[in-house]
Amino acid sequence: MTAASTTLPIPAETRVGALIETLGAWLLGVLWISPLLYAVWSAFHPAAYSAHFDLTAPLTLENFVKAWNAAPFARYFLNTVLLVTMVLIGQLILSTLAAFAFARYAFFGRDVLFALVLVQLLISPDMLLVANYSTMHTLGLVDTIASMALPHMASAFGIFLLRQTFKQVPPELDEAARIEGCSALGVLWRVYIPLARPVYLAYGLVSVSFHWNNFLWPLIITNSVETRPVTVGLQVFATPDQGVDWSIITAATLMTSGPLLIGFLIFQRQFVQSFMRAGIR
Amino acid sequence: MHGRFTTLHAWLLALPAMLLLVLFTHYPVIVTLIDSFFSTPKKNRPSHFVGLDNYDAMVADPVFWKALTNNLIYAGATIPAAIVLALTMALIVNGRIPGRALMRMAFFTPTVLPMVAVANIWLFFFNPNYGAIDQILELVGLKAPNFLGLQQTALWCVIVVAVWKEAGFFMIFYLAALQTIPPDLVEAAAIEGAGRWQILHRVILPLLTPTTLFILINAVINAFRTVDHIFVLTGGGPDNATTVLLYHIYLVGFSFWDQGYAAALTIVLLAGLAAAALLQFFFLDRRVHYR
Repeated sequence: MTAASTTLPIPAETRVGALIETLGAWLLGVLWISPLLYAVWSAFHPAAYSAHFDLTAPLTLENFVKAWNAAPFARYFLNTVLLVTMVLIGQLILSTLAAFAFARYAFFGRDVLFALVLVQLLISPDMLLVANYSTMHTLGLVDTIASMALPHMASAFGIFLLRQTFKQVPPELDEAARIEGCSALGVLWRVYIPLARPVYLAYGLVSVSFHWNNFLWPLIITNSVETRPVTVGLQVFATPDQGVDWSIITAATLMTSGPLLIGFLIFQRQFVQSFMRAGIR
Repeated sequence: MHGRFTTLHAWLLALPAMLLLVLFTHYPVIVTLIDSFFSTPKKNRPSHFVGLDNYDAMVADPVFWKALTNNLIYAGATIPAAIVLALTMALIVNGRIPGRALMRMAFFTPTVLPMVAVANIWLFFFNPNYGAIDQILELVGLKAPNFLGLQQTALWCVIVVAVWKEAGFFMIFYLAALQTIPPDLVEAAAIEGAGRWQILHRVILPLLTPTTLFILINAVINAFRTVDHIFVLTGGGPDNATTVLLYHIYLVGFSFWDQGYAAALTIVLLAGLAAAALLQFFFLDRRVHYR
Protein backbone atom coordinates (compact mmCIF):
# COMPACT_ATOMS: atom_id res chain seq x y z
CA MET A 1 0.00 0.00 0.00
CA THR A 2 1.40 3.35 -0.97
CA ALA A 3 1.46 6.31 1.37
CA ALA A 4 -1.93 7.78 2.12
CA SER A 5 -2.80 10.05 -0.73
CA THR A 6 -6.17 11.41 0.26
CA THR A 7 -5.68 12.01 3.93
CA LEU A 8 -7.86 14.83 5.02
CA PRO A 9 -5.78 17.76 6.29
CA ILE A 10 -6.09 18.31 10.02
CA PRO A 11 -6.01 21.96 11.11
CA ALA A 12 -4.27 22.55 14.45
CA GLU A 13 -7.41 23.73 16.24
CA THR A 14 -9.06 20.36 15.76
CA ARG A 15 -6.38 18.31 17.54
CA VAL A 16 -8.88 17.30 20.20
CA GLY A 17 -11.25 16.21 17.47
CA ALA A 18 -8.46 14.19 15.90
CA LEU A 19 -7.73 12.52 19.21
CA ILE A 20 -11.36 11.57 19.59
CA GLU A 21 -11.35 10.22 16.04
CA THR A 22 -8.27 8.15 16.74
CA LEU A 23 -9.85 6.72 19.85
CA GLY A 24 -13.05 6.00 17.96
CA ALA A 25 -11.10 4.27 15.21
CA TRP A 26 -9.24 2.16 17.76
CA LEU A 27 -12.47 1.26 19.49
CA LEU A 28 -13.91 0.03 16.20
CA GLY A 29 -10.75 -1.97 15.51
CA VAL A 30 -10.80 -3.63 18.94
CA LEU A 31 -14.52 -4.29 18.69
CA TRP A 32 -14.03 -5.85 15.27
CA ILE A 33 -11.28 -8.26 16.23
CA SER A 34 -12.64 -9.18 19.67
CA PRO A 35 -14.86 -12.10 18.58
CA LEU A 36 -11.82 -13.70 17.02
CA LEU A 37 -9.62 -13.02 20.04
CA TYR A 38 -12.33 -14.50 22.22
CA ALA A 39 -12.30 -17.66 20.11
CA VAL A 40 -8.52 -17.86 20.28
CA TRP A 41 -8.68 -17.46 24.06
CA SER A 42 -11.15 -20.26 24.60
CA ALA A 43 -9.42 -22.58 22.13
CA PHE A 44 -6.06 -22.29 23.89
CA HIS A 45 -7.31 -22.58 27.47
CA PRO A 46 -8.94 -25.39 29.46
CA ALA A 47 -12.73 -25.45 29.27
CA ALA A 48 -13.02 -24.06 32.81
CA TYR A 49 -11.54 -20.78 31.62
CA SER A 50 -13.46 -20.46 28.38
CA ALA A 51 -15.96 -18.09 29.95
CA HIS A 52 -13.82 -16.10 32.34
CA PHE A 53 -10.64 -14.22 31.69
CA ASP A 54 -7.70 -14.78 33.96
CA LEU A 55 -4.23 -13.91 32.73
CA THR A 56 -2.74 -16.70 34.86
CA ALA A 57 -4.93 -19.34 33.19
CA PRO A 58 -2.78 -22.20 31.89
CA LEU A 59 -2.32 -22.44 28.12
CA THR A 60 -3.12 -25.76 26.49
CA LEU A 61 -3.29 -27.43 23.10
CA GLU A 62 -5.51 -30.16 24.46
CA ASN A 63 -8.65 -28.76 22.83
CA PHE A 64 -7.03 -29.06 19.42
CA VAL A 65 -5.91 -32.62 20.12
CA LYS A 66 -9.39 -33.58 21.27
CA ALA A 67 -11.05 -31.95 18.27
CA TRP A 68 -8.62 -33.56 15.84
CA ASN A 69 -9.34 -36.99 17.33
CA ALA A 70 -13.08 -36.54 17.64
CA ALA A 71 -13.73 -36.30 13.88
CA PRO A 72 -11.85 -37.33 10.73
CA PHE A 73 -10.43 -33.85 10.16
CA ALA A 74 -7.35 -35.15 8.37
CA ARG A 75 -9.62 -36.60 5.69
CA TYR A 76 -11.73 -33.42 5.58
CA PHE A 77 -8.60 -31.35 5.01
CA LEU A 78 -7.48 -33.65 2.24
CA ASN A 79 -10.90 -33.33 0.59
CA THR A 80 -10.82 -29.54 0.80
CA VAL A 81 -7.31 -29.37 -0.63
CA LEU A 82 -8.33 -31.65 -3.50
CA LEU A 83 -11.46 -29.58 -4.13
CA VAL A 84 -9.65 -26.25 -4.08
CA THR A 85 -6.85 -27.54 -6.34
CA MET A 86 -9.26 -29.07 -8.82
CA VAL A 87 -11.34 -25.89 -9.03
CA LEU A 88 -8.28 -23.67 -9.37
CA ILE A 89 -6.64 -25.71 -12.13
CA GLY A 90 -9.91 -25.94 -14.03
CA GLN A 91 -10.59 -22.23 -13.66
CA LEU A 92 -7.11 -21.17 -14.73
CA ILE A 93 -7.14 -23.26 -17.90
CA LEU A 94 -10.74 -22.63 -18.97
CA SER A 95 -10.76 -18.92 -18.11
CA THR A 96 -7.44 -18.31 -19.87
CA LEU A 97 -8.58 -19.92 -23.12
CA ALA A 98 -11.98 -18.24 -23.12
CA ALA A 99 -10.61 -14.85 -22.08
CA PHE A 100 -8.05 -15.02 -24.92
CA ALA A 101 -10.83 -15.67 -27.43
CA PHE A 102 -12.94 -12.79 -26.10
CA ALA A 103 -10.02 -10.36 -25.87
CA ARG A 104 -8.22 -10.93 -29.16
CA TYR A 105 -10.61 -12.48 -31.68
CA ALA A 106 -13.35 -10.76 -33.60
CA PHE A 107 -15.68 -13.67 -34.31
CA PHE A 108 -19.27 -14.45 -35.12
CA GLY A 109 -21.41 -14.62 -31.97
CA ARG A 110 -18.81 -13.10 -29.66
CA ASP A 111 -21.05 -10.55 -27.98
CA VAL A 112 -23.85 -13.04 -27.41
CA LEU A 113 -21.42 -15.55 -25.91
CA PHE A 114 -19.90 -12.90 -23.67
CA ALA A 115 -23.33 -11.80 -22.45
CA LEU A 116 -24.02 -15.44 -21.59
CA VAL A 117 -20.81 -15.52 -19.57
CA LEU A 118 -21.79 -12.40 -17.64
CA VAL A 119 -25.09 -13.99 -16.59
CA GLN A 120 -23.10 -16.14 -14.16
CA LEU A 121 -21.94 -13.04 -12.28
CA LEU A 122 -25.54 -12.58 -11.18
CA ILE A 123 -26.81 -16.15 -11.01
CA SER A 124 -24.30 -18.51 -9.47
CA PRO A 125 -24.66 -22.31 -9.75
CA ASP A 126 -25.02 -22.34 -5.94
CA MET A 127 -28.52 -20.91 -6.26
CA LEU A 128 -29.75 -23.60 -8.64
CA LEU A 129 -29.49 -26.31 -6.02
CA VAL A 130 -32.23 -28.69 -7.09
CA ALA A 131 -31.56 -28.62 -10.83
CA ASN A 132 -27.81 -29.00 -10.44
CA TYR A 133 -28.33 -31.85 -7.98
CA SER A 134 -30.36 -33.76 -10.54
CA THR A 135 -27.75 -33.07 -13.23
CA MET A 136 -25.11 -34.56 -10.93
CA HIS A 137 -27.43 -37.48 -10.23
CA THR A 138 -27.83 -38.11 -13.97
CA LEU A 139 -24.06 -37.95 -14.44
CA GLY A 140 -23.65 -40.42 -11.55
CA LEU A 141 -21.39 -37.96 -9.70
CA VAL A 142 -23.31 -37.40 -6.46
CA ASP A 143 -21.01 -37.57 -3.42
CA THR A 144 -17.76 -37.12 -5.33
CA ILE A 145 -15.19 -34.36 -5.12
CA ALA A 146 -15.67 -33.70 -8.84
CA SER A 147 -19.34 -32.92 -8.23
CA MET A 148 -18.36 -30.14 -5.84
CA ALA A 149 -15.76 -28.72 -8.23
CA LEU A 150 -17.37 -28.99 -11.69
CA PRO A 151 -20.03 -26.26 -11.40
CA HIS A 152 -17.35 -23.71 -10.44
CA MET A 153 -14.69 -24.57 -12.97
CA ALA A 154 -16.03 -22.16 -15.56
CA SER A 155 -15.95 -18.82 -13.81
CA ALA A 156 -17.46 -15.67 -15.28
CA PHE A 157 -15.39 -13.62 -12.87
CA GLY A 158 -12.17 -15.27 -14.05
CA ILE A 159 -13.02 -14.89 -17.73
CA PHE A 160 -13.97 -11.25 -17.22
CA LEU A 161 -10.86 -10.42 -15.21
CA LEU A 162 -8.44 -12.08 -17.64
CA ARG A 163 -10.18 -10.62 -20.68
CA GLN A 164 -9.66 -7.13 -19.24
CA THR A 165 -6.01 -7.95 -18.60
CA PHE A 166 -5.36 -9.48 -22.02
CA LYS A 167 -6.94 -6.47 -23.73
CA GLN A 168 -4.28 -4.26 -22.15
CA VAL A 169 -1.44 -6.23 -23.77
CA PRO A 170 -0.02 -4.06 -26.60
CA PRO A 171 -0.99 -5.58 -29.97
CA GLU A 172 2.56 -4.93 -31.25
CA LEU A 173 3.89 -7.56 -28.85
CA ASP A 174 1.34 -10.03 -30.16
CA GLU A 175 2.20 -9.28 -33.79
CA ALA A 176 5.94 -9.46 -33.19
CA ALA A 177 5.58 -12.91 -31.67
CA ARG A 178 3.48 -14.09 -34.61
CA ILE A 179 6.05 -12.80 -37.11
CA GLU A 180 8.65 -14.79 -35.19
CA GLY A 181 6.52 -17.82 -36.02
CA CYS A 182 4.51 -18.32 -32.85
CA SER A 183 1.14 -20.05 -33.16
CA ALA A 184 -1.91 -18.49 -31.49
CA LEU A 185 -1.51 -20.73 -28.46
CA GLY A 186 2.23 -20.01 -28.48
CA VAL A 187 1.53 -16.29 -28.29
CA LEU A 188 -0.90 -16.88 -25.45
CA TRP A 189 1.68 -18.94 -23.55
CA ARG A 190 4.75 -16.77 -24.23
CA VAL A 191 3.28 -13.25 -24.26
CA TYR A 192 -0.11 -12.98 -22.58
CA ILE A 193 0.18 -15.36 -19.62
CA PRO A 194 3.58 -14.05 -18.40
CA LEU A 195 2.32 -10.46 -18.58
CA ALA A 196 -0.81 -11.35 -16.60
CA ARG A 197 1.07 -13.06 -13.75
CA PRO A 198 -0.01 -10.61 -10.98
CA VAL A 199 -3.63 -10.99 -12.03
CA TYR A 200 -3.29 -14.77 -11.91
CA LEU A 201 -1.91 -14.50 -8.37
CA ALA A 202 -4.77 -12.23 -7.34
CA TYR A 203 -7.36 -14.45 -8.92
CA GLY A 204 -5.80 -17.57 -7.42
CA LEU A 205 -5.92 -16.16 -3.90
CA VAL A 206 -9.53 -15.07 -4.27
CA SER A 207 -10.53 -18.43 -5.75
CA VAL A 208 -8.77 -20.53 -3.11
CA SER A 209 -10.24 -18.58 -0.20
CA PHE A 210 -13.70 -18.60 -1.77
CA HIS A 211 -13.78 -22.35 -2.39
CA TRP A 212 -12.09 -23.26 0.87
CA ASN A 213 -15.00 -21.44 2.56
CA ASN A 214 -17.83 -22.72 0.38
CA PHE A 215 -20.52 -24.59 2.26
CA LEU A 216 -24.03 -24.94 0.86
CA TRP A 217 -23.32 -26.83 -2.38
CA PRO A 218 -20.82 -29.22 -0.73
CA LEU A 219 -23.36 -29.80 2.06
CA ILE A 220 -25.95 -30.92 -0.47
CA ILE A 221 -23.84 -32.91 -2.87
CA THR A 222 -21.66 -34.82 -0.37
CA ASN A 223 -22.74 -37.25 2.31
CA SER A 224 -19.71 -39.23 3.37
CA VAL A 225 -16.42 -38.72 5.17
CA GLU A 226 -14.50 -39.48 1.97
CA THR A 227 -15.85 -36.39 0.17
CA ARG A 228 -16.85 -33.85 2.83
CA PRO A 229 -14.75 -30.65 2.91
CA VAL A 230 -13.75 -29.07 6.24
CA THR A 231 -16.60 -26.56 6.27
CA VAL A 232 -19.23 -29.30 6.11
CA GLY A 233 -17.16 -31.49 8.43
CA LEU A 234 -17.07 -28.68 10.98
CA GLN A 235 -20.82 -28.24 10.81
CA VAL A 236 -21.43 -31.99 11.26
CA PHE A 237 -19.03 -32.00 14.19
CA ALA A 238 -20.11 -28.79 15.90
CA THR A 239 -23.84 -29.43 16.10
CA PRO A 240 -24.36 -28.44 19.74
CA ASP A 241 -26.76 -31.25 20.67
CA GLN A 242 -23.86 -33.67 20.41
CA GLY A 243 -22.76 -32.25 23.74
CA VAL A 244 -19.25 -31.34 22.63
CA ASP A 245 -17.37 -28.85 24.80
CA TRP A 246 -17.37 -25.27 23.59
CA SER A 247 -13.62 -24.95 23.82
CA ILE A 248 -13.26 -28.02 21.60
CA ILE A 249 -15.68 -26.56 19.07
CA THR A 250 -13.76 -23.28 18.97
CA ALA A 251 -10.53 -25.23 18.57
CA ALA A 252 -12.06 -27.10 15.62
CA THR A 253 -13.35 -23.81 14.21
CA LEU A 254 -9.92 -22.21 14.32
CA MET A 255 -8.36 -25.38 12.94
CA THR A 256 -10.55 -25.37 9.83
CA SER A 257 -9.78 -21.72 9.15
CA GLY A 258 -6.18 -22.14 10.29
CA PRO A 259 -4.38 -22.63 6.99
CA LEU A 260 -6.18 -19.66 5.41
CA LEU A 261 -5.65 -17.53 8.50
CA ILE A 262 -1.93 -18.31 8.75
CA GLY A 263 -1.53 -17.81 5.01
CA PHE A 264 -3.31 -14.49 5.31
CA LEU A 265 -1.16 -13.28 8.20
CA ILE A 266 2.04 -14.18 6.36
CA PHE A 267 1.03 -12.82 2.95
CA GLN A 268 -1.18 -10.04 4.30
CA ARG A 269 0.14 -7.36 1.98
CA GLN A 270 -0.13 -9.45 -1.16
CA PHE A 271 -3.51 -10.75 -0.06
CA VAL A 272 -5.07 -7.33 0.45
CA GLN A 273 -3.53 -6.03 -2.76
CA SER A 274 -4.76 -9.08 -4.65
CA PHE A 275 -8.29 -8.50 -3.49
CA MET A 276 -7.97 -4.86 -4.49
CA ARG A 277 -6.64 -5.72 -7.91
CA ALA A 278 -9.32 -8.33 -8.44
CA GLY A 279 -11.95 -5.76 -7.59
CA ILE A 280 -10.80 -3.02 -9.91
CA ARG A 281 -12.37 -3.39 -13.28
CA MET B 1 -6.21 -15.19 -39.50
CA HIS B 2 -9.50 -13.91 -40.83
CA GLY B 3 -12.99 -15.07 -41.58
CA ARG B 4 -14.27 -18.53 -40.94
CA PHE B 5 -10.98 -19.90 -39.66
CA THR B 6 -10.77 -17.23 -36.95
CA THR B 7 -14.33 -17.88 -35.85
CA LEU B 8 -13.72 -21.61 -35.59
CA HIS B 9 -10.53 -20.99 -33.64
CA ALA B 10 -12.20 -18.61 -31.20
CA TRP B 11 -15.16 -20.92 -30.63
CA LEU B 12 -12.81 -23.80 -29.88
CA LEU B 13 -10.99 -21.67 -27.32
CA ALA B 14 -14.19 -20.59 -25.60
CA LEU B 15 -15.91 -23.97 -25.91
CA PRO B 16 -14.71 -25.78 -22.74
CA ALA B 17 -15.67 -22.87 -20.48
CA MET B 18 -18.95 -22.29 -22.33
CA LEU B 19 -19.94 -25.96 -22.05
CA LEU B 20 -19.58 -25.96 -18.26
CA LEU B 21 -21.22 -22.55 -17.93
CA VAL B 22 -24.22 -23.68 -19.93
CA LEU B 23 -24.43 -27.03 -18.14
CA PHE B 24 -24.42 -25.58 -14.61
CA THR B 25 -25.87 -22.08 -15.02
CA HIS B 26 -28.03 -21.61 -18.12
CA TYR B 27 -29.43 -25.11 -18.53
CA PRO B 28 -30.49 -25.36 -14.85
CA VAL B 29 -32.25 -21.98 -15.09
CA ILE B 30 -34.33 -23.30 -17.99
CA VAL B 31 -34.94 -26.65 -16.30
CA THR B 32 -36.02 -24.84 -13.13
CA LEU B 33 -38.41 -22.64 -15.10
CA ILE B 34 -40.00 -25.70 -16.76
CA ASP B 35 -40.09 -27.68 -13.49
CA SER B 36 -41.95 -24.85 -11.82
CA PHE B 37 -44.96 -25.61 -14.07
CA PHE B 38 -44.92 -29.34 -13.32
CA SER B 39 -45.84 -31.39 -10.29
CA THR B 40 -43.20 -33.19 -8.27
CA PRO B 41 -42.91 -36.81 -9.42
CA LYS B 42 -44.14 -39.33 -6.83
CA LYS B 43 -43.76 -43.09 -6.70
CA ASN B 44 -46.78 -44.00 -8.82
CA ARG B 45 -47.59 -40.56 -10.25
CA PRO B 46 -45.10 -39.22 -12.75
CA SER B 47 -44.62 -35.50 -13.09
CA HIS B 48 -47.41 -33.75 -15.01
CA PHE B 49 -48.20 -30.22 -16.12
CA VAL B 50 -49.96 -28.23 -13.42
CA GLY B 51 -49.85 -24.71 -14.83
CA LEU B 52 -49.44 -22.13 -12.11
CA ASP B 53 -50.33 -24.47 -9.23
CA ASN B 54 -46.87 -24.25 -7.69
CA TYR B 55 -47.04 -20.47 -7.78
CA ASP B 56 -50.54 -20.53 -6.27
CA ALA B 57 -49.19 -22.77 -3.51
CA MET B 58 -46.42 -20.25 -2.97
CA VAL B 59 -48.81 -17.33 -2.58
CA ALA B 60 -50.76 -19.40 -0.04
CA ASP B 61 -47.64 -20.48 1.85
CA PRO B 62 -47.11 -18.34 4.96
CA VAL B 63 -43.50 -19.55 5.26
CA PHE B 64 -42.76 -18.11 1.80
CA TRP B 65 -44.04 -14.69 2.85
CA LYS B 66 -42.14 -14.94 6.10
CA ALA B 67 -38.94 -15.87 4.24
CA LEU B 68 -39.44 -13.05 1.74
CA THR B 69 -40.04 -10.49 4.50
CA ASN B 70 -37.05 -11.77 6.45
CA ASN B 71 -34.87 -11.61 3.35
CA LEU B 72 -35.91 -8.02 2.64
CA ILE B 73 -35.23 -6.99 6.26
CA TYR B 74 -31.92 -8.87 6.12
CA ALA B 75 -30.91 -7.14 2.88
CA GLY B 76 -32.22 -3.77 4.02
CA ALA B 77 -30.15 -3.95 7.21
CA THR B 78 -26.94 -5.67 6.11
CA ILE B 79 -26.36 -3.72 2.89
CA PRO B 80 -26.35 -0.15 4.26
CA ALA B 81 -24.63 -1.18 7.49
CA ALA B 82 -21.85 -3.03 5.67
CA ILE B 83 -21.35 -0.20 3.16
CA VAL B 84 -21.21 2.60 5.75
CA LEU B 85 -18.86 0.57 7.95
CA ALA B 86 -16.70 -0.36 4.96
CA LEU B 87 -16.32 3.30 3.99
CA THR B 88 -15.53 4.30 7.58
CA MET B 89 -12.92 1.55 7.82
CA ALA B 90 -11.35 2.53 4.51
CA LEU B 91 -11.11 6.17 5.58
CA ILE B 92 -9.53 5.11 8.88
CA VAL B 93 -7.02 2.77 7.28
CA ASN B 94 -6.21 5.27 4.54
CA GLY B 95 -5.63 8.06 7.06
CA ARG B 96 -2.71 8.96 9.29
CA ILE B 97 -3.93 7.24 12.43
CA PRO B 98 -1.21 5.32 14.31
CA GLY B 99 -1.54 1.54 14.12
CA ARG B 100 -3.48 1.54 10.88
CA ALA B 101 -1.76 -1.61 9.62
CA LEU B 102 -3.05 -3.45 12.69
CA MET B 103 -6.48 -2.03 12.10
CA ARG B 104 -6.50 -3.07 8.47
CA MET B 105 -5.76 -6.57 9.69
CA ALA B 106 -8.53 -6.39 12.32
CA PHE B 107 -11.07 -5.28 9.73
CA PHE B 108 -10.08 -7.67 6.99
CA THR B 109 -9.47 -10.90 8.93
CA PRO B 110 -13.16 -11.90 9.29
CA THR B 111 -13.36 -11.89 5.49
CA VAL B 112 -10.81 -14.68 5.21
CA LEU B 113 -12.64 -17.04 7.56
CA PRO B 114 -15.28 -19.50 6.34
CA MET B 115 -18.79 -18.27 7.11
CA VAL B 116 -19.49 -21.54 8.95
CA ALA B 117 -16.52 -20.91 11.23
CA VAL B 118 -17.53 -17.29 11.74
CA ALA B 119 -21.02 -18.37 12.76
CA ASN B 120 -19.59 -20.90 15.22
CA ILE B 121 -17.52 -18.18 16.86
CA TRP B 122 -20.57 -15.95 17.20
CA LEU B 123 -22.68 -18.83 18.50
CA PHE B 124 -20.35 -18.76 21.44
CA PHE B 125 -20.93 -15.01 21.81
CA PHE B 126 -24.70 -15.20 21.82
CA ASN B 127 -24.94 -18.07 24.31
CA PRO B 128 -27.31 -17.02 27.09
CA ASN B 129 -25.47 -18.91 29.84
CA TYR B 130 -21.79 -18.25 29.31
CA GLY B 131 -21.55 -16.15 26.13
CA ALA B 132 -19.57 -12.92 26.01
CA ILE B 133 -22.63 -10.70 25.84
CA ASP B 134 -24.02 -12.44 28.91
CA GLN B 135 -20.71 -11.90 30.71
CA ILE B 136 -20.79 -8.19 29.98
CA LEU B 137 -24.42 -7.83 31.06
CA GLU B 138 -23.67 -9.74 34.24
CA LEU B 139 -21.23 -7.00 35.28
CA VAL B 140 -24.17 -4.64 35.59
CA GLY B 141 -26.35 -7.30 37.15
CA LEU B 142 -28.45 -8.16 34.09
CA LYS B 143 -29.25 -11.53 32.58
CA ALA B 144 -28.77 -11.94 28.84
CA PRO B 145 -31.82 -13.21 26.96
CA ASN B 146 -31.49 -16.15 24.59
CA PHE B 147 -30.85 -13.90 21.59
CA LEU B 148 -30.94 -16.72 19.05
CA GLY B 149 -34.01 -18.33 20.57
CA LEU B 150 -36.26 -15.29 20.48
CA GLN B 151 -38.45 -14.25 17.55
CA GLN B 152 -37.59 -10.58 17.98
CA THR B 153 -33.81 -10.88 18.16
CA ALA B 154 -32.79 -13.98 16.15
CA LEU B 155 -32.80 -12.30 12.72
CA TRP B 156 -30.75 -9.39 14.06
CA CYS B 157 -28.10 -11.81 15.34
CA VAL B 158 -27.87 -13.28 11.85
CA ILE B 159 -27.58 -9.74 10.43
CA VAL B 160 -24.79 -8.77 12.86
CA VAL B 161 -22.76 -11.83 11.88
CA ALA B 162 -23.17 -11.08 8.17
CA VAL B 163 -22.10 -7.46 8.59
CA TRP B 164 -19.07 -8.51 10.63
CA LYS B 165 -17.94 -10.85 7.89
CA GLU B 166 -18.72 -8.58 4.94
CA ALA B 167 -17.68 -5.04 5.88
CA GLY B 168 -13.94 -5.72 5.75
CA PHE B 169 -14.28 -7.18 2.28
CA PHE B 170 -15.98 -4.08 0.91
CA MET B 171 -13.44 -1.91 2.73
CA ILE B 172 -10.78 -3.21 0.35
CA PHE B 173 -12.60 -1.86 -2.70
CA TYR B 174 -13.06 1.54 -1.10
CA LEU B 175 -9.42 1.54 -0.10
CA ALA B 176 -8.36 0.82 -3.66
CA ALA B 177 -10.56 3.64 -4.95
CA LEU B 178 -9.39 6.12 -2.28
CA GLN B 179 -5.81 5.58 -3.34
CA THR B 180 -6.56 6.59 -6.91
CA ILE B 181 -7.98 10.00 -5.90
CA PRO B 182 -5.37 12.65 -6.78
CA PRO B 183 -4.20 14.46 -3.59
CA ASP B 184 -4.35 17.82 -5.42
CA LEU B 185 -8.13 17.64 -5.50
CA VAL B 186 -8.36 17.30 -1.74
CA GLU B 187 -5.71 19.98 -1.23
CA ALA B 188 -7.44 22.37 -3.60
CA ALA B 189 -10.69 21.94 -1.72
CA ALA B 190 -8.90 22.52 1.57
CA ILE B 191 -7.32 25.73 0.25
CA GLU B 192 -10.74 26.87 -0.87
CA GLY B 193 -11.67 26.58 2.80
CA ALA B 194 -13.73 23.40 2.70
CA GLY B 195 -14.07 21.61 6.03
CA ARG B 196 -13.30 17.93 6.41
CA TRP B 197 -16.95 16.90 6.20
CA GLN B 198 -17.42 19.09 3.17
CA ILE B 199 -14.42 17.51 1.46
CA LEU B 200 -15.77 14.08 2.27
CA HIS B 201 -19.24 14.97 1.06
CA ARG B 202 -18.38 17.09 -1.98
CA VAL B 203 -15.12 15.61 -3.24
CA ILE B 204 -14.47 12.10 -1.99
CA LEU B 205 -17.95 10.56 -1.97
CA PRO B 206 -18.81 11.62 -5.56
CA LEU B 207 -15.49 10.20 -6.75
CA LEU B 208 -16.30 6.94 -4.98
CA THR B 209 -19.72 6.52 -6.59
CA PRO B 210 -18.65 3.87 -9.16
CA THR B 211 -17.09 1.86 -6.33
CA THR B 212 -20.22 2.20 -4.25
CA LEU B 213 -22.29 0.91 -7.16
CA PHE B 214 -19.97 -2.06 -7.62
CA ILE B 215 -20.13 -2.85 -3.90
CA LEU B 216 -23.90 -2.38 -3.86
CA ILE B 217 -24.42 -4.96 -6.61
CA ASN B 218 -22.21 -7.44 -4.79
CA ALA B 219 -23.95 -6.75 -1.48
CA VAL B 220 -27.38 -7.33 -3.00
CA ILE B 221 -26.32 -10.64 -4.53
CA ASN B 222 -24.73 -11.72 -1.25
CA ALA B 223 -27.84 -10.83 0.72
CA PHE B 224 -29.80 -13.39 -1.29
CA ARG B 225 -27.06 -15.97 -1.70
CA THR B 226 -25.38 -16.35 1.70
CA VAL B 227 -27.18 -18.69 4.07
CA ASP B 228 -24.26 -20.64 5.58
CA HIS B 229 -24.46 -18.85 8.92
CA ILE B 230 -28.17 -19.55 9.24
CA PHE B 231 -27.47 -23.29 9.21
CA VAL B 232 -25.14 -22.86 12.18
CA LEU B 233 -26.84 -20.14 14.19
CA THR B 234 -30.54 -20.93 14.08
CA GLY B 235 -31.42 -23.50 11.42
CA GLY B 236 -34.03 -21.01 10.22
CA GLY B 237 -35.81 -20.86 13.58
CA PRO B 238 -37.26 -20.06 15.98
CA ASP B 239 -40.52 -20.67 14.12
CA ASN B 240 -39.04 -19.49 10.78
CA ALA B 241 -37.92 -16.17 12.27
CA THR B 242 -34.59 -16.43 10.40
CA THR B 243 -35.68 -18.36 7.30
CA VAL B 244 -34.71 -16.53 4.11
CA LEU B 245 -35.55 -17.44 0.51
CA LEU B 246 -32.55 -19.61 -0.35
CA TYR B 247 -32.82 -21.40 2.99
CA HIS B 248 -36.50 -22.07 2.33
CA ILE B 249 -35.59 -23.41 -1.12
CA TYR B 250 -33.05 -25.72 0.50
CA LEU B 251 -35.63 -27.05 2.96
CA VAL B 252 -38.34 -27.51 0.32
CA GLY B 253 -35.92 -29.13 -2.12
CA PHE B 254 -33.86 -31.33 0.16
CA SER B 255 -35.93 -31.94 3.30
CA PHE B 256 -39.43 -32.12 1.80
CA TRP B 257 -38.13 -33.20 -1.66
CA ASP B 258 -40.78 -31.05 -3.35
CA GLN B 259 -39.01 -30.35 -6.61
CA GLY B 260 -41.81 -28.47 -8.34
CA TYR B 261 -42.40 -26.05 -5.50
CA ALA B 262 -38.66 -25.52 -4.97
CA ALA B 263 -38.41 -24.64 -8.67
CA ALA B 264 -41.14 -22.02 -8.38
CA LEU B 265 -39.40 -20.50 -5.36
CA THR B 266 -36.08 -20.45 -7.22
CA ILE B 267 -37.66 -18.63 -10.16
CA VAL B 268 -38.99 -15.94 -7.83
CA LEU B 269 -35.54 -15.54 -6.27
CA LEU B 270 -33.86 -15.28 -9.68
CA ALA B 271 -36.48 -12.85 -10.99
CA GLY B 272 -35.97 -10.67 -7.94
CA LEU B 273 -32.22 -10.64 -8.41
CA ALA B 274 -32.51 -9.87 -12.11
CA ALA B 275 -34.92 -7.03 -11.37
CA ALA B 276 -32.57 -5.61 -8.75
CA ALA B 277 -29.65 -5.79 -11.17
CA LEU B 278 -31.57 -4.10 -13.99
CA LEU B 279 -32.83 -1.41 -11.64
CA GLN B 280 -29.33 -0.65 -10.47
CA PHE B 281 -28.01 -0.73 -14.00
CA PHE B 282 -30.55 1.66 -15.49
CA PHE B 283 -31.50 3.81 -12.54
CA LEU B 284 -28.32 4.20 -10.53
CA ASP B 285 -25.94 4.12 -13.46
CA ARG B 286 -27.22 7.51 -14.59
CA ARG B 287 -26.15 9.04 -11.34
CA VAL B 288 -22.67 7.61 -11.53
CA HIS B 289 -20.58 10.46 -12.83
CA TYR B 290 -18.20 13.00 -11.51
CA ARG B 291 -20.19 15.97 -10.35
